[in-house]
This record gives sequence, structure tokens and C-alpha cells, in this order.
Amino acid sequence: MSFNYDFVKNRNLYFIISALLTAAGIIFLLTIGLKLGIDFESGSRVNIQANETLTNERVEEEFKSLGLEPESVVLAGNNDQANVAFKGVLSKEEIAKLNTHFEEKYGESPSVSTVTPTVGRELAQNALIAVLIASVGIIIYVAFRFEWSMAISAVTALLHDAFMIIAVFSILRLEVDLPFIAAVLTIVGYSINDTIVTFDRIRENMKLEKVKTQEKLAEIVNRSIRETLTRSINTVLTVIIAAVALLIFGADSIRNFSIALLIGLAFGAYSSIFIASQLWYVLKSRQMKSKKSRPVESEPEI
Amino acid sequence: MVKRSKIVIFFVVLLMFAALIGLTTEKIVKGTKLGLDLQGGFEVLYEVKPVKKGQKVTEDTLKSTVEALNSRINVLGVSEPEIQIEGDNRIRVQLAGVSDQNKARELLSTQAELTFRDVDDKVLLDGSDLKGNGAKQTFEPNSNKPIVSLKLKDADKFAEITEEILNRQPQGENRLVIWLDYEKGDSFKEEVKKEMGGKEPKYISAPYVNEVLTQEDVTITGQFSVEEAQSLAKILNAGALPVKLDEIYSTSVGAKFGEKALDETIFAGFIGIAAIFLFMLIFYRVPGIIAVLTLTIYIYLILAIFYLMNGVLTLPGIAALILGVGMAVDANIITYERIKEELKSGKSVLSAFKAGNRRSFTTIFDANITTILAAAVLFAYGTSSVKGFALVLIISVLASFITAVFGTRLFLGLWVQSRLMDKKPGLFGVKESDIREL
Repeated sequence: MSFNYDFVKNRNLYFIISALLTAAGIIFLLTIGLKLGIDFESGSRVNIQANETLTNERVEEEFKSLGLEPESVVLAGNNDQANVAFKGVLSKEEIAKLNTHFEEKYGESPSVSTVTPTVGRELAQNALIAVLIASVGIIIYVAFRFEWSMAISAVTALLHDAFMIIAVFSILRLEVDLPFIAAVLTIVGYSINDTIVTFDRIRENMKLEKVKTQEKLAEIVNRSIRETLTRSINTVLTVIIAAVALLIFGADSIRNFSIALLIGLAFGAYSSIFIASQLWYVLKSRQMKSKKSRPVESEPEI
Repeated sequence: MVKRSKIVIFFVVLLMFAALIGLTTEKIVKGTKLGLDLQGGFEVLYEVKPVKKGQKVTEDTLKSTVEALNSRINVLGVSEPEIQIEGDNRIRVQLAGVSDQNKARELLSTQAELTFRDVDDKVLLDGSDLKGNGAKQTFEPNSNKPIVSLKLKDADKFAEITEEILNRQPQGENRLVIWLDYEKGDSFKEEVKKEMGGKEPKYISAPYVNEVLTQEDVTITGQFSVEEAQSLAKILNAGALPVKLDEIYSTSVGAKFGEKALDETIFAGFIGIAAIFLFMLIFYRVPGIIAVLTLTIYIYLILAIFYLMNGVLTLPGIAALILGVGMAVDANIITYERIKEELKSGKSVLSAFKAGNRRSFTTIFDANITTILAAAVLFAYGTSSVKGFALVLIISVLASFITAVFGTRLFLGLWVQSRLMDKKPGLFGVKESDIREL
């Protein structure tokens, strides 16, 4: 490939972009937070499938006739589906009433979900703790098979990608539900895989020659990224193809899951090409400098 | 020299896989259990709370609650209920394909604690005074109304309490009030007022006691339909729940919703996978064909493992599977890119294939081990759906590793060894002009 972009030279630019995005994400999360779906808030969701065209007013009327006050009504499908949200948990009796009502009316009983916030929150908290423990595990393994600085860089890139999905969901006001957590976990798995492939190439190229100067180090990083670039792009493309197909043709209930995946895949590809190796370069060149500054006492024969 | 035998072996092996897949796919697809989000049904997570003060929810209480729930579900006739204990005070019940969800829900969470009280709500008899399996739906001889008959353990005790009620003053307070699931705060006197206002009272019935009754048989006459009386008798026989169940999470999916979600997502899967195959064919030519083969085997393998593990396929599960194909391609891509690199450096097809396989192996190994490590931690520390997700991830990484690495070595290896592809780097998607002289 006659392609000579210097990935290392502009590293500060990438770091700044990521730092800015992270800062923006933190600000958004601290101010407006996440738009939590009912999985995390106390609430109920009713999906109605009708055999005729619906309007918002009609659906609201129907619920009012049952003595229920919907929080929001969103039409879906060919306007023959309605997703209705309620504040608070519907009682068993209310659910029974509306099941019977809509089954008689439209010949199809609706889907009803109710949740108290504890369950969703516990799951999210549990997932977060699991990711942190997994990160420690990855650091140990990568430090053992590769080296410390690579372990730190890979995990930083991983946490960066996972955080970016959460940040973008906050900025775009997309609803966070339980499948969202699965999407973030998928990206954690994907991102580490992606980064390791590049690091593996760096490890291999480092073995081939003696690296004494920072220039040489930069050259190796650049070469390794370039050599794995086609693979990085092709892999992310195939996964993106799958995620886009799910987004366009898949069921409504996994839409946010697919969006979260796409965001994560984009950042995953970005971080393994522009962040992880550059971060390693910075750590490694510091290491080299500190070694140079104290060679005399450690090697007495000089 | 072209070795045709290798090509023959290739097609024989291919045919064997095709036969295996062709013969077993129908069984696997039909035998795989679908989650309730794909076939309709409902799921409830109950928090288990003690009924009486001082009662503790222990592992034994949870187990006996699960037993009671199981025998109630048998009343419903659901074939494969899933009831699990979660944490130290939760029970998750999943019923797929229930025709009458309302009835099922009512039946499950009814505590079914029958109490006999006086008009001041003092307990005179409770479930522990009933004989097991003694409840029966019958008809009242005079009016032919459906009633429920019960058997008591001790006729003398019944005599005692009927005497106590009989002696109550003033007149009109000599009533025996029968409650199902009396809740703290319920009051007979309040309910009587409601009843006069035309509302249905919470208690089942409140017969007057006009004589001392020394008998084991007791009948409950309420405003029952035949079905209601039957179901009450069955619940009483299935046994009262030793605890109170509060719904903290519930989701129900209409059968048509499930069907639609399944159809849409499978369609999305076909499109996505077809697009990935096309991409691989265009970009990698002959190795691309091999990738399509190994990925097909990969999909088959995943479904088969899922089937053998008796796993329940849910909507996110299918999404993960489709996505998994995208990720499984990665191992193929790493290998083919490596072979291309070796070809570009001027090596022959055979040695490029060998070197490419060898060098890509550590890359794939380390990348996959790290992912499995992450997934294993998620599996060990995660709960419910995080755990399920982690398991799918581990299975798909392993299956992808096996099919991509060994599948490529086997299938592509046969073609390379046949020498048909010698000096034709174009078949790997490598341009002649990109090849450096050694």
C-alpha cells in the first residue's frame, strides 16, 4: 500500500479529541444525565398491536376509559402499533383489565412490562463492577503475555470506548434499557480484541530489530498500524454490516441495542487505530528515557 | 503438477459437512426453545416477603415456595415452566406460551392462605387446620350452586370455635367470616359497609352460626362460578404459599408480537450475513469462498451447541448470534491478510499459506483469549442476563476460533496443496504489481 500517513506524529490531536469528547460526556452525564428507560425507573410499558390504524388521541382515550393515565404514547409500525409508557407500576388488576380490554378490541393481547427501579439498577451496577474486574484481569494477562505499558493502554482504550457509548447516548437523549448494557459489554469484548491485534503486530516488529531511539519506535508503531490497517477496517466493516442490518430490519425492541453497537464499533475502530498504540508509544518512550538517564550504575563495565 | 486427489478430498469433506448440516438442521431449529419474547408469554420476578412477623425467608422457605409454585403451574397445564431462585429473596418465573396470562398471574401470586375469622377479624382457623388434598368443588344440594368443600383435621376444634361464635353478643355478630388472603388492615366491618353500597366484598363468605358444629366437613358458599370454585379448590390443594410474593419486575409479550419480532430479526440476520459473505467473496476471492464455508459451519455449530445445552434463544441472543458472525469473520480476515502479506513479499503460494497460518495463530489466540477472559469474568460476577450474554460470547469465540483456524487450514490447505492455485496470487486478491521480488 502506497500509504504513508504518520499515525504517531499527530497523536496529541487524537488525545485532545478524545479528551474533549470525554469531558463533554462527563458534563452531559452530570447535568442532564441519561434518559433512563423503564428498566431503570419505576414504570410500566404497554405495547399494543391493533388490526386497524391508530392515532395518539384514540389510544389515550382507550386508556382513560380504563381509568389509566398514559405518560406518553408513541405510534410504531404502520401506525397499527402503539408504545405506551406509564409512570409508576401498574397493578396486577390493572394489567388484567387492559389485557382483556385490548384483546377484545383488537384480537391481540398487548405486551406489558412493569419494573421497580431496583432490578435494572442492580443489573447495571453489577455489569459495571464486572467490567472493572474484567479490566483488571485483562491488564494482568496482557502484562504477562505482552508488557505492562500495553496492558494499561489497551484497557484505557477499552474503557474509553465503553464510556463513549454512554456519553453519546446521553448527548443524543437516547433511551437506555437493559439490552443497552449488553451492547456496551459486546463492545468491551470487541474493543479489546481489536487493540490486541495491533499490539501483537507491534510486539512482533519489535522483536525483529533493536529499538534504541524514539524515531525508531515511532516508525515501528506506524508500520504496525499500517500493516494491520486493512484487517482493522475490514473487521469493523463486517461487524458494522451486521449491526446495520439489525438496525434497519430487526425488531423494534433491539433498535437502541443496534445504535449503541454502531457507536461502540465506530469508537472501537477509532481507538485501536488512533489511541491505543499512540498511548503505548508515549508510555514506552518515557520508559526508554528513564532507562537512558541511569545506565552508568546499572552497568559497571562501562 | 496438479494433485486432483486433494480437490476430491475437499469435495468429499464438504459433502460430509453438508450432509451433517442438512440432516440435523431441521431437528435443531425445531427443537431449540424460544424465549418468551419470541413466542409470547410472561415473566415475573417476585420479591419474597415473610407473611408473619418474625418469620425469616430462608433457603428452605424459598425452596418450598418454588415447589408450591410448580404445583400451581401444573394446574395451568403449562409444559415447561422456568422457576429460579435468584439472590436470597427473589424468585423468577417464566411461562412461555400461556394462553390466559391474566389467570396465570392471579393463580401464581395468590397466597392462598385461607382463614376463618370472627367479625372482629380475629383468626379462629387457618390453613394449617385443613387436611391436605381435602378441597373439592361440589354443588349445594338445595340450590345446586357451586361450592367448595373442605376437610378439617380436628372436628373438636371446629366445635370449639362455632361455640365461641354462637355465644357472641349482640345478635347478628354470630358470623364466621371466611377470607382468602386476608391482608393486614382489612376489616370485616368495612367490607360489610362496602357490600351494602353494592360493591363486592373482599372476604369470600360470612355464614351465620346457629348451632355448635362438631364435624370435619366444612363448605364455603360464595358467589362462585363453577370454574372459580374449581380453581379455588385446586389452589387450596396445591397448598398455600409460605410467603408473600411481590412483583418487582414483570414483562408479558403477546404471541403475535413475539412472532413478528422473530420474523423481523431472522430476516435482518439473513440480510446481514448475506452482505458479509458477499464482502468476503469480493475482497478475498478463493479464501473468501472458504470463509463462507467456515462461517456457515460456525453458525451451524453455535446453533447445535445451543440446542445441546438446552439453551433458550431470546431476541438479544439472536442479535448476538448475527453479530457474532461479523466478529467470527475477524479470525478469517487476520489469516487471509497475513497470507496476502506473505504473498506480496514474494513467497510461493504454498509457503505463504504456511507462514500466514503460523504467524496469524498467535495473534488470533491472544486476541480471543483476552475476550474469553473478559467474558469469563462477566460470567462469574454477572447476574441473570449479563451471565447469559457472557455465555453466548464465550461459546461464539470458541466456535469462531475452531472454525476459522482449523477450517481454513483444512479447506484452504487442500486447495493450496492441490497446486491448482500456484502462481495465481490473483485468487487471493493480490495484484501481481504489489509483489516484491525476493
